[in-house]
Formats: sequence, structure tokens, C-alpha cells
Amino acid sequence: MEDTICAIATGGGVGAVSIIKVSGNDAISIVNSIFKGKDLTKVASHTINYGFIVDKDEIIDEVLVSVMKAPKTFTREDVVEINTHGGYAATNKVLETLLLNGCRLAEPGEFTKRAFLNGRIDLLEAEAVMNIIDSKTDIQRKMALNQISGKTSNLINDLRSDMVEIISNINVNIDYPEYDDVDIITNEILLPKITNLKNRIEEILKESENGKLIKDGIKTSIIGRPNVGKSSLLNALLEEDKAIVTDIAGTTRDIVEGNIVLNGILLNIIDTAGIRATDNKIEAIGVEKSLKLMDESDLVLFMLNNNETLTDDIKELLTKVKDKKYLIIINKIDLDRKLDIDYLKQENIVEISVKENIGIDDLKNKIIELFNIEDINMKDPTYLNNTKSITILKNCLKRVADIEQSVKDNLPIDMLEMDIKSIWEELGKINGSTYEEELLDEMFKRFCLGK
Amino acid sequence: MNYEIIVVGAGHAGCEAAFACARKGHKTLLITSNLKNIADMPCNPHIGGSAKGIVVREIDALGGIMGKVADKTHLQIKMLNSAKGPAVQSLRAQGDKIAYPKEMIKTLTSLENLEIKEGMVEDLIVNEGKVLGIILEDGTKINAKEVILTTGTYLKADILVGNTRTRKGPHGERPSNFLSDKLKEYGFTIKRLKTGTPQRIARDSIDFSKTKLEPGDNKYLTFSFDLEPCYKIEEQMPCYLTYTTPKTHEIIRANLNKSSMYGALDDIEGIGPRYCPSIEDKVVRFSDKERHQLFIEPESRYYDDMYLQGFSTSMPPEVQEEMVHSLPGFENAKILKYGYAIEYDAIYPTQLKASLETKILENLFTAGQINGTSGYEEAACQGLIAGINASLKLEGKEPLVLKRNEAYIGVLIDDLITKGIRDPYRLLTSRAEFRLILRSDNADLRLRNIGYEVGMIDENQKNRLDQKMSLINECMEYLKNTKIKIDLEKQNILKEYNIEISNTTMTLENLLKRPEITMEIISKLADIPYDETILEQVYINLKYEGYIKKAYKEAEKLIKLEKKQIPNDIDYNKIKNIASEARQKLNEVRPATIAQAIRISGVNPSDISILSVYLKKEYGKDE
Repeated sequence: MEDTICAIATGGGVGAVSIIKVSGNDAISIVNSIFKGKDLTKVASHTINYGFIVDKDEIIDEVLVSVMKAPKTFTREDVVEINTHGGYAATNKVLETLLLNGCRLAEPGEFTKRAFLNGRIDLLEAEAVMNIIDSKTDIQRKMALNQISGKTSNLINDLRSDMVEIISNINVNIDYPEYDDVDIITNEILLPKITNLKNRIEEILKESENGKLIKDGIKTSIIGRPNVGKSSLLNALLEEDKAIVTDIAGTTRDIVEGNIVLNGILLNIIDTAGIRATDNKIEAIGVEKSLKLMDESDLVLFMLNNNETLTDDIKELLTKVKDKKYLIIINKIDLDRKLDIDYLKQENIVEISVKENIGIDDLKNKIIELFNIEDINMKDPTYLNNTKSITILKNCLKRVADIEQSVKDNLPIDMLEMDIKSIWEELGKINGSTYEEELLDEMFKRFCLGK
Repeated sequence: MNYEIIVVGAGHAGCEAAFACARKGHKTLLITSNLKNIADMPCNPHIGGSAKGIVVREIDALGGIMGKVADKTHLQIKMLNSAKGPAVQSLRAQGDKIAYPKEMIKTLTSLENLEIKEGMVEDLIVNEGKVLGIILEDGTKINAKEVILTTGTYLKADILVGNTRTRKGPHGERPSNFLSDKLKEYGFTIKRLKTGTPQRIARDSIDFSKTKLEPGDNKYLTFSFDLEPCYKIEEQMPCYLTYTTPKTHEIIRANLNKSSMYGALDDIEGIGPRYCPSIEDKVVRFSDKERHQLFIEPESRYYDDMYLQGFSTSMPPEVQEEMVHSLPGFENAKILKYGYAIEYDAIYPTQLKASLETKILENLFTAGQINGTSGYEEAACQGLIAGINASLKLEGKEPLVLKRNEAYIGVLIDDLITKGIRDPYRLLTSRAEFRLILRSDNADLRLRNIGYEVGMIDENQKNRLDQKMSLINECMEYLKNTKIKIDLEKQNILKEYNIEISNTTMTLENLLKRPEITMEIISKLADIPYDETILEQVYINLKYEGYIKKAYKEAEKLIKLEKKQIPNDIDYNKIKNIASEARQKLNEVRPATIAQAIRISGVNPSDISILSVYLKKEYGKDE
């Protein structure tokens, strides 16, 4: 019985559609458990099925799911491919949901390895398979080294070190039951420690800044007066016509979203309705939304028109943006300057012309600079690895909550120790620091035992 | 003189090995350098202990003798961790250092096929990589088809006390001076190890009123699945507890440079056990501790020595006098034997197969401290496995290899041959990843059938096991099908335990599954017509069902990987994509299965992937 594995099969960039591949005995049933649509366990082999991937009641993405039953598949196992539409964030959320529901993230080259071991690929290709595993692993090894930010890594190390103390204390209680100068860990003593662990894992999940940046992307809003060129900028960044661009002020009533990837970091860009006092009801909602979004954004791209003077409402809004990470974008520099540039006195200014394609790369570079993306990129090169870390953390959180209940149910301390140890091992996978003798070493370092 | 099997050394490993070979009908010679030291306990007087007690039960389940001999002779017995879960409960007896060896000799001499002789073995007869017998110090050659070395700490043993080093074995016995050099010549890597032992004190010179009494359990207990208890609870001998004082620590600190381990001897190579630090180590490393616990344990009913557990040292005698007299109750204590450290040679255990046959010389098996372990139980179980496997080899059968999910014995041997050792190896509960399966209470259910298959368990024993198993199933059905009404009377009983259950009817099984219900409570609520040992099995299975199922599921994965064999002739240098550290480790350990390869530290999952692809390519096997 092999594990069921999954991975994003499409490349690292963002396409309109991504494919997640799932392979193994439970591939169909696992996908079915998070799928809203036809019962995938009952559909014919090699069919494509429309529906939604859900996490409990929440819809994650609208998808097409291909169900392919063994043996006529690439790996000769049951294979399911999920075509997602929602871009990077949604694809990763789907992957995360799979991981939380019994799939394991595929090792480098593992699909190919399975294909080979199950006789799907010719023997002559064995060497090539080994090369793939090897080279991919090399990249992964480098990744693993810098996988998470120093801060998160330290938090996890602290967490694990506290767990080691609990584990080795219980182990000493078990292996040296008559030593009375070692504290005896009882369920009462354990309970607050477990609750503390739980809270800290929650905190790490919340606070791992870079992780979040990579997980959700940098939420970016484009703010500015109507017809300043917000939608055009979005399109220029997206290099596609997703936002509707017209020269009638106030066209973008609702919010248009798009994602771009800068150095592997996702920018989730939201184009808002122009901000101006208006009597038009529909547009008023847009203005309100814009202000709210600006508030929720990680990055505000504040757009000004080179060809217009600053109005009082804009001047006021400029004071509101000060607390955020922001860039002032002066568009239409191909036209005459009417803008009072001295008034701005701000540093983060990029001058562009969307129409003439001037300064767009400058803008991208400024964003990279602003978020230290190059730095993050080095520490945290792929989203994939981070999905793995986050899934591990989430799994651990769930299990710590279970332990909390078991402690209350008065389960024997030695059984609880096994649970704590398995979480300790699991957490070790995040920064690759589980090694077998560690616990024994700790035990003999911390406690004084012997004949 | 022709024997089928020769066992060299008659300690706990040797006795068990010789017993197994003879029991299986092979003409066996047990040769020891001193007939007086058969089954000697040169260090502590315990048999069993945490994890080790489970090993003793496993030995018994497989048809070995340690448990039975201990049951017949011990001074007291206890179930350790009885307040914790079933997985960590373990028996420990206080052995009798006179009665235990005597009973062992009686057991061995009753065997038809076993001959016991005195002699110092200094070489092996070796031809083309095969062992054909042994050579004694006077040059006498004795031939055999298989040889099992169980030489304990006797290889080039040195006793260290203060600034003196003397070439002697335990009790000042003669060590073997050349055998380890010969082994080196044959290609073995030899490692120097070290251990120590504390003082023995005259019983009547200790003031026990200043110590705390530590009696045996009030419940009859046995290691063996075949014996009824043969002792009286009230006749058990107690142990005592005392503590070091600030003065003790002061004396140790002032004299530290006189300890062999702290500079008095500058040629110490041996690595001592982490779990067994000397009292010097404890005082130095845990300087903030005001006191250290010491156990005072009787060694025998037949003489007066008391063993001072926790006080092992290599200080010179005059300092030891001062140290001992600083302990409460020991002001006028008379030291009968001083503590000492002992340094000895062992072979590096990655040179062994899982059968305990060496990879370097065919027909040579090794077991016990020579393999880098410490402890009587660790030695005995290896002896048993080596004895069984030497016999099976003679019979042309596959060796017995216990897996990590089958026995602590399997954990121990796999650890040795896969990970090697840094310091003398002691079994600990935390070394077993499947300890919920490897319990004391189910050792017979796990291993008796295996013992039967390899010819160590007879028909009677097997029938008793089958009967027990069917009773367990019956009892399980009974609990599932019998309903109980929790009426007022029963609610009152439950109230005594602060448990409230409303007036309902439920099956006994569901009642037992509730976290607060124990065996004791259920026995007051219902009359279940099954023995305690039977009910206990059902109880544990029901109570910890989730955990046990999870453990078995994990074990299944392991079993699958254990089936993926790696051919003997594999050339790791030909697999070009494997990382160089992994290649080196694989070459050293030469794992027999993929499962074993995974456990080698330094071998990563990607190396395993590449290895399995290579195996398929070269050998056409499914991994």
C-alpha cells in the first residue's frame, strides 16, 4: 500500500489554469472527499468532471477533475488531475486541502519513479529517472536549508526544544521510575504545557510574516482618481486585458483582480473604483470599498496623473496612505506636467507612462526593493515548500488539540508522550532537524541518572 | 573432540546461547575461563528493569531460560511503572548472586547435548573466511561447525582504580589477552569501551534507620509464562534508599584529579555509557544538584554484601572510604569491595548480520557485551538469538530475525547492526517506536508461536498459548454481547469512584471503553467469567484501541519495506547518483532490506528512491 501523493504539475509561474496531480490507491477517494459535484468514486475512468473543491463548506475553487483509474495511467496507479482556475493562491489552497486530507506531497521525481517501478517506463530510462530525482533533490536540499525565515525557524526551534524537555522528562520517568529527584510529569502538570504549545503553534501560523507573504501573496491595491490609468496599469502588469479599460471616468465600479509573480512572490493586485465624491449610488459603494481595501492592503499603489493638479481630496488621502507600504505612481509622464511634484516631498515615487510603456519595469523593481523580495526569495524560494510547512503546522495544531483532550481524559502519560513525540518529529521536518539520537542525548544531558 | 557448536564464555549471553543450541539437539560445548563464574552478575543485582524486564519476558516467550532462573531465585520482584500505561510496565527482580548462577548451572547441566569446560580461548581456527573451531591458550584445537563468542568484558580487560591500570577482568579474573588482536587480524574493527561498578558494603555496618525502605510488590509476579510464583511475598528482601550529602560532593571535588577518569590516568580510550555516569561525573556535570539518590541493594541471601547503586567511581580506595562514610547511615560502613572502572574491547556491531553471524567470518556468531551492549538482559537475548541462529544454520534453515515491531530484541539487534554504537548500548523504552505493541503482558502472544516454529517451545507450551488466545477471543465476544443495566446499586458503586452514569443499559464493551472505567471498577460491577490475564488483554485492546490500531498501521508500512530485500552482491559504488555520505554508510552497514537502509542515519529519502530505481533496473525487482 503506497501513500497517495500529490503535487502541482504545472510550472512555477502563474498560468490561467494550473494542474494538481494526485496518484495512489486513495487518489480518487481523497479528491472526492473535498469535491462538490458528481461522486467521483462512481464516475467512469478517464472522464473529466466539473465541480468545486471545498474545505468543509467553503468553496476554494471551481475546477475540472480528470479521473483516471489504474492501470492505464502514467504511474499505473489511480490518478486524479485537478484543473484549477483561481490562480496561484487558490491552487495552493487546493493543494493544502489535499495534504490535510490524507495526501502526501510528492518527493522530487516521485511520479516518474512510480511510473518506472510500476513498469510504465522503459528500463533504459532508469538512469534518467535517477538523474531527475538527483537534480531535483539538489534544488530541494538548497531550498530546505533556507526554507523558512529565521524568525519562524527560531520559534519552531524553541517550540521543539520545550517539547524535548517534556518528552525526555517523561522518558526519564518511564525508564528510571524510582528516581525521585526528577520531576514526575502528571497529566495536571502536562495540561498547561500542552495548551501553551497549542497557542504557540497558532501564533507561528499567524505570525510567520514571510510565510504569509508567500502564502497569500502581497495584497496590492491600486488607488487613485477616476481615469488616472489604474486599469491600464493593471493590464500592463498582467499583460492581458482582464480589467475593462475605457476613457469614461468611473468605469471600474466593481473590483478587478489579477495576479503577477515577481521573483517568485505573488502580487495579488486589485484595481479599485476611482475615488471621488459622487452621487452615483453604484459608484459610491466602489469608493467605500476602495478605502476599505486600501486599509487591508499590504501595498498601496497610489496613482496620480502627471497632467492634472492635485485636488484637496487626494492631498487628504495621501496622508492616509502614510502608514502603509506604498508607492506613488505618476502616470502619463508623456503628457505635460501640471502636477505639483514638490508638494509630494515623498520618496517612493515612480514615474511611468502606461500608454507609452515607460517605467513599468522600474515599478516592478521598486516593489521588489520595498518588500525585500530578493531577500525573501532566497530564504523562501518556493511556495510549495511553504505549503508543506504550513500544512505540517496545521496538522500539528490539530494533533495538539487532540492531545489536550486526551490529557483531560486522563490517558496514561506514556501514551501522551508518543503523541507529543510524533508532533516533535513532524515539526522537525519543517526545518529538517529531526535526528534520532537527539532525544537520548537530551535525556542524558538534562537528567542525572545512573548506577 | 568434535562439537557442532562451541560457545565461548558462560555469562548471560553464553548460557542462553548454549542452552538454545543444546535444547535444539546440537552437540554443544560451553567453554569458560573460570567455571566458578558461570552466569555471574559482576555488577548490579537486578534482572529486568524498564524495557529490560520486557526483554526477559520475550526471552521466556521464545523458550530461553533467564526468566525462569530469575523467578526461582530472586530476592524481591516489582512491576515498574504500574501506575502508567500498559506499554511501559516492566518487571524487575532483585537477583541473588549465589542462587541465580547455581540454578543456571543446574539447568545447563541437565541438558543432554551440552558439555561445559574450563579453558582460555585465544584464537579461532579459520580457513578461507570460515571459522572451523577454537584454539586455547595452550594451543589445543577444538573443532566445531559454528562458534559463538560471548566473551563479555574479558577482551583485553583493564581495571582502573585511581591512578592504576591493571590487566584484569571483573573480580580480578584473568582476561583474554590476544583474542581481540586476532579478531583485528581477521578484519574486524575493534572499539574500546568502558563501564564501572560501585562499592559493596557490609550489611551489618550500615545504619538502615537513616535510610528509606524499598520493599518488593505485594502482588505475586513472574517473568516466565510457564511458572507459578515460587516465592513468598512476605519473605522478599527489601532495598533501601539514601542520598549523597554536601560533604560527599566536597570530597569528590577536592579529589577529582585522583579519579582515573579525571586525569589520574591519561591513557583512557574507552567510551563510557551515557546512561551510567560515575558519581564524579554526576557531581561535576550536575553541580547545581544538592544531592544524588543512591539505592542500597542486597546481593544475596547467602552473604552480606550490599550493592551501592548510583555510586560507581574510579577514585582510589582511600578517597572511596571518605566518600562512603559521608553518606547518611554509612558513617561506620565497612567497604568489602571498592568501586572500579573497567575498560575492554568490543567489536563494532555494524559488522554483524541480523542473525548475529559476523559478515567477516562465516559460522562465527557474537553476542552480548562483545557486541557493544551493556546489561545482563541485553546480553542474554542476543545469546538466545545467536544460539537459535547457529542451530538453524546447521539445520539448513533461514535465520530468525525479529523485526522492530515484533520484539524489543528486534529493536536492540537492529539498532546495533544498523546504527552502530557510540557508547555501551542499553535498551530504553524510548528506543522502541512500537512500544504499544511490544508490551510485557503480551510477550507470549507475540513470540511463543515463533519460538515454537524454531523448535524452542514444546507442544504443551504451544497448547497453553492456543488456549489463551481462544479465551481472549471468547472474552472479547462476551463483552460485546453482554449487556449491563446501570441501576441504582451500580450507580452507587460508581459514585465511590466519582463517576456518574445515568440509568441506562449498555454492553460491557461500551462501558469498558469509557475513559474513567478501570479493570477494578468493572470487576465490581459485573461478574466476568474470565481470568485476570485474559481480561487484561481484552481491556488493553479496547481501552487503547485507537493507539494500537495506529501502531499496527505504522508497523504494516515497516513490514512492507522489510520485504524489499537488497541483494548481497550490490555494489554501491556503481550507483552514481547517490550522495557520497549515503554511499559510505551503505557500504559500511550493507543493509539487508530497504527498511534497514532507511534507518541508517545519513541516508536520505532521495538516496532510497535512487537505490530502489537502481534495484529495479539491475535486478528487476520491485524495489
